[in-house]
Amino acid sequence: MTAHIEARGVSKRFGGVQALREVDLSIERGSIHGLVGENGAGKSTLGKILAGVHRPDDGELVVDGRAVTYRSPRDALADGITIIAQEPTLVPYRSVQENVFLGVERGLVLDERRAGRRFASLVDASGIDLSGRRLAQSLPVADQQKVEILRALARDAKVVVMDEPTSALTTDEAERLFDLIRRLRDRGVTIIYVSHFLSEVLSLADTVTVLRDGRIVRTSPAAEETPERLVAGMLGRDLDLAFPDKQPVPADAPVVLSVSGLSREPSVHDVSFEVRAGEIVGLAGLIGSGRSEVARLIFGADRAGAGAVEVDGKRLRARSPRAAIRRGVVMLPEDRKREGLLMLRSVVDNITLPHLGDVSNAGVLSRRAERRRAAELVTRVDVRTRSNSAPVNTLSGGNQQKVLFAKWLFRRPRVFIADEPTRGVDVGAKRAIYELIQDLAAEGIAVLLISSEHEEVLGLAHRVLVMRAGRIVAELAEREMSEDAVLHAAFGTTAERVA
Amino acid sequence: MTATTETTGFGRVARRFDLSVVRDYGVVVAFIALFVTLSISSDVFLTQDNMKNLAFQTAPVGIIAVGGTLVFIAGGFDLSVGAISAFAGITAANAFNQTGLGLWGSMIAGALVGFAFGLGNGLLVTLGRVNPFIATLATSIIISGFGQVWTKGNLVSVSEEEFTTLGLGTLWGINYPVFVWFGFALVCGFLLSRTAFGRYVYAAGGNAEAARLSGVRVNAVRAATFCISGLAAGIAGAILVSEVGTAQWNANTGIEFDAITAIVLGGTSLLGGEGAIWRAVLGAFFLQMISNGFNLLGTAPEWQYVIKGLILAGAVSLDAWARRRRV
Repeated sequence: MTAHIEARGVSKRFGGVQALREVDLSIERGSIHGLVGENGAGKSTLGKILAGVHRPDDGELVVDGRAVTYRSPRDALADGITIIAQEPTLVPYRSVQENVFLGVERGLVLDERRAGRRFASLVDASGIDLSGRRLAQSLPVADQQKVEILRALARDAKVVVMDEPTSALTTDEAERLFDLIRRLRDRGVTIIYVSHFLSEVLSLADTVTVLRDGRIVRTSPAAEETPERLVAGMLGRDLDLAFPDKQPVPADAPVVLSVSGLSREPSVHDVSFEVRAGEIVGLAGLIGSGRSEVARLIFGADRAGAGAVEVDGKRLRARSPRAAIRRGVVMLPEDRKREGLLMLRSVVDNITLPHLGDVSNAGVLSRRAERRRAAELVTRVDVRTRSNSAPVNTLSGGNQQKVLFAKWLFRRPRVFIADEPTRGVDVGAKRAIYELIQDLAAEGIAVLLISSEHEEVLGLAHRVLVMRAGRIVAELAEREMSEDAVLHAAFGTTAERVA
Repeated sequence: MTATTETTGFGRVARRFDLSVVRDYGVVVAFIALFVTLSISSDVFLTQDNMKNLAFQTAPVGIIAVGGTLVFIAGGFDLSVGAISAFAGITAANAFNQTGLGLWGSMIAGALVGFAFGLGNGLLVTLGRVNPFIATLATSIIISGFGQVWTKGNLVSVSEEEFTTLGLGTLWGINYPVFVWFGFALVCGFLLSRTAFGRYVYAAGGNAEAARLSGVRVNAVRAATFCISGLAAGIAGAILVSEVGTAQWNANTGIEFDAITAIVLGGTSLLGGEGAIWRAVLGAFFLQMISNGFNLLGTAPEWQYVIKGLILAGAVSLDAWARRRRV
């Protein structure tokens, strides 16, 4: 057995976040190699670097014993390396066959007959059962994934990187995909399989690599691993961030936010919980488990199919965020650039946008009042900016996030929902944001904290709710909270089997 | 940090700065350059009469461009202003001929009909979720059609001299339409830069989702910009009909493209979230100055459109370049 692809000392940084640190990895030809790790451990990044989607900042890639530098996925494709992303990216209104050969058509004039023969031989060789005439749009996701695989084969792929290919599939569909992956391997194709479904990886992969915090914990034959061992490997980190001391919630603190039976198919089912004044409740779970969706339903960003939200004992019918904001429910959205900020507008404009009624007379803005209030808030949350009239796109990620905090502190909220408040934020700013969240709670605000970094939830929250597949599957009181408990609940492995 | 990375960092900032200045104030530079060139090369250009004439000729397009700027900034697009202005003209002429509304009542009726059509556009784009380009193309066809039905395809003439008061009347030697234009621009400029509504317009076009999650009623704001654009087209239509004394369903054909050209030349972004009223005013002047220059210099007037088109393409290309550098 020889190494097909090797990563040597590969590091990658995204803004303030070190996604990979000096990773060494060797992947054997004709094997299925699983990459597992927590959210943000670097498994997807590593997969994308191997496929030329990202370029490493440091270190090198060696393919077939030859050092390579890929500037784009196209470069990697020339060496037979291709990636199949989580979401299939097909041209919806064209046929399966056209999608398969898109970009690798032969000759100037399309020869339908020859393409048809090529398609038939691909289908034969791969054992994929699919009609080339159907429109890509009409296919279920599982079949779209097959088209992606055919596409990879049409490009003579020797290496296929798959990033969470089963996240949108039913169990049956996943099983058929696994058969196909095994057949590909038997034909000598190397498969790099990125997933957080541990049992799936174990049943499929020959070799498994565990990542944690951008580093490789270990690489070992899948036969020697168990889901419990993998979880233990993904855990077991020292807390590299000190969290501020938790303030206890007064025993008589009233319930501020009460959610019951909240549902929105297909992502949220029958979610119920309460948050008291001054309490920080963590909402944990894997990406896609429905955490952000719950937050958006409470805030009125999406409409709930069923269920009720009460604030201070009074029903909140949030048809829009506007209605929620009026009742003192605010949300720091998951993606601050897309959902939070007007990137080209100033710090002041961003902070006052929801509160213009408070700094205007009959609709006419008082610039002075606006600047003064914004300046107070900028000082309070400590936004580092050379000027409050500078556009927010000139600020660092941490400071942009602080602008969003300032925006929602303009008027004292009752319920503060923070969705991934420290994503893409450097370590120093993280600590400041932790303190801000605790200050909010200390003032008697009910806080709902969502984070993919479990240590963050554990370090800040008084109580943790764990979601899996759209449901709350565990509620952990402060003394029961541990990364182990959160991960087991999130992955659906049972804690008993660990012992 | 090493010294080299800092230097390249500054270099990048400096380059970005240059381009964004060109983009932000390019129209000012181009305007001044053309103004100076024409002043030197033509004896007539800088005379009071020519200046007044220039402003008078620009006014209708200028008014529409001012209203359209709000639509652009809020992330929309309005192709129907030409049809609306023609219909407003028919309304004003018929109202004057057939009702007791009188001169100003008829003019206001024309403007309000524009507002109503604008509201229709706004509802179609927001509640109807139709792409603004297609929505206003469709309403433009419909409105022209209604104009044709109403007039049976004929010219509507107003014989009384009084009807041309708005279009041809003057104060201190300057035509009324110029005052209307500047007044409208001042009101819209104030709305945009000094009111909460204006801030919402920028927010709706800059990042609609972030605006919605901040409690802004994005649909209402967008619809309002279409109303203002419709009103502007109505006012322009009333002015134009009052200048010539005749209304026709297909009058003012192409004025929407002149207005869009003026907006874009001024530097208001097609992508929304950025722009200003003064840009539309300057852009409209600039466009009219090109025609004026061709007339005065008498050189190859048939090249006018070619030049205008090239300038438009150049301006948009510059905008795209500056944007890419920034991101």
